[in-house]
Amino acid sequence: MTYSQADDAFLLGGRTFRSRLLVGTGKYSTFAVMKEALDRSEAQIVTVAVRRVNLNRSTESLLDYIDTSRFFILPNTAACYTADDAIRTAHLAREAGLSNWVKLEVIGDEKTLFPDTEALLTATRSLVKEGFVVLPYTNDDPIMARKLQDAGAAAVMPLGAPIGSGMGIQNPANIRIILESASVPVIVDAGVGTASDASVAMELGCDAVLMNTGIAGAQDAVAMAEAMKLAVQAGRMAFKAGRIPRKLYASASSPLQGISR
Amino acid sequence: MREIQLEINGERRTISAVSNVGELLRALGISESRVAVEVNRNIIRRGEWESTPLADLDRVEIVQFVGGG
Repeated sequence: MTYSQADDAFLLGGRTFRSRLLVGTGKYSTFAVMKEALDRSEAQIVTVAVRRVNLNRSTESLLDYIDTSRFFILPNTAACYTADDAIRTAHLAREAGLSNWVKLEVIGDEKTLFPDTEALLTATRSLVKEGFVVLPYTNDDPIMARKLQDAGAAAVMPLGAPIGSGMGIQNPANIRIILESASVPVIVDAGVGTASDASVAMELGCDAVLMNTGIAGAQDAVAMAEAMKLAVQAGRMAFKAGRIPRKLYASASSPLQGISR
Repeated sequence: MREIQLEINGERRTISAVSNVGELLRALGISESRVAVEVNRNIIRRGEWESTPLADLDRVEIVQFVGGG
């Protein structure tokens, strides 16, 4: 039977989603642009950060621009450098928010924003025990992905390239190995720079793609949001359709018989 | 009027006529939906804001969601 996107639900953490594109809410030029980009992306899961309320001036609230009946809010622990910090932020997010889901980040280094996977594993174990649905941002290491999965993570989210770098998937072979042994969804998180990068992730067989800067930093963020939606859909369909094998030499598309001479 | 000194989000503040977390949020004009509050590193659940007293030199953290990836 031919593949239909309508029958291809995305199961994550016990919930069902239609969209396989997860979108961040940072770095947009204005909230209004963000709102339009989120709409055009047709994402259903959007990430947010947890930060101190500004006491000295009242600022517009992010959530005034996000329809929470339509978008599922996924708080992150960005800028946490220890397991304890990340666990504390997850607790604050749960208290401020609408769910016990967390995009778990434990950052190891300011310059690369690569994860500290040792602390990430510690924090994952602890939060899973407390009943959180934990979605860890990790590197493209298949062994660590397996450990996170065994620790009870609801997905593993390997980076394609450093956060905000836009370099695309630097190590597709590792992503393939992660996919081979994964029993939870694999979501490429970080590094997507343009539509083809998102398609590559999906063509490898990833379950979804999470991005922020790739959309928010584009000259026309709203158009890029739609481009990413289409790229994720196209990549998923191509993966399910089953691509042809790569061959070194040509094989003619037109019949070799009946050529008029 | 009774005054207390609190450290709120890292800033030392003198606040008057405030005796619990709920009153503090209202005094600061903070919309109470979708914020989370810690006092001295303990999360105060929403339902406990009115019954959680504040004392001199308490460290209060009030956080909300902002844009992020």
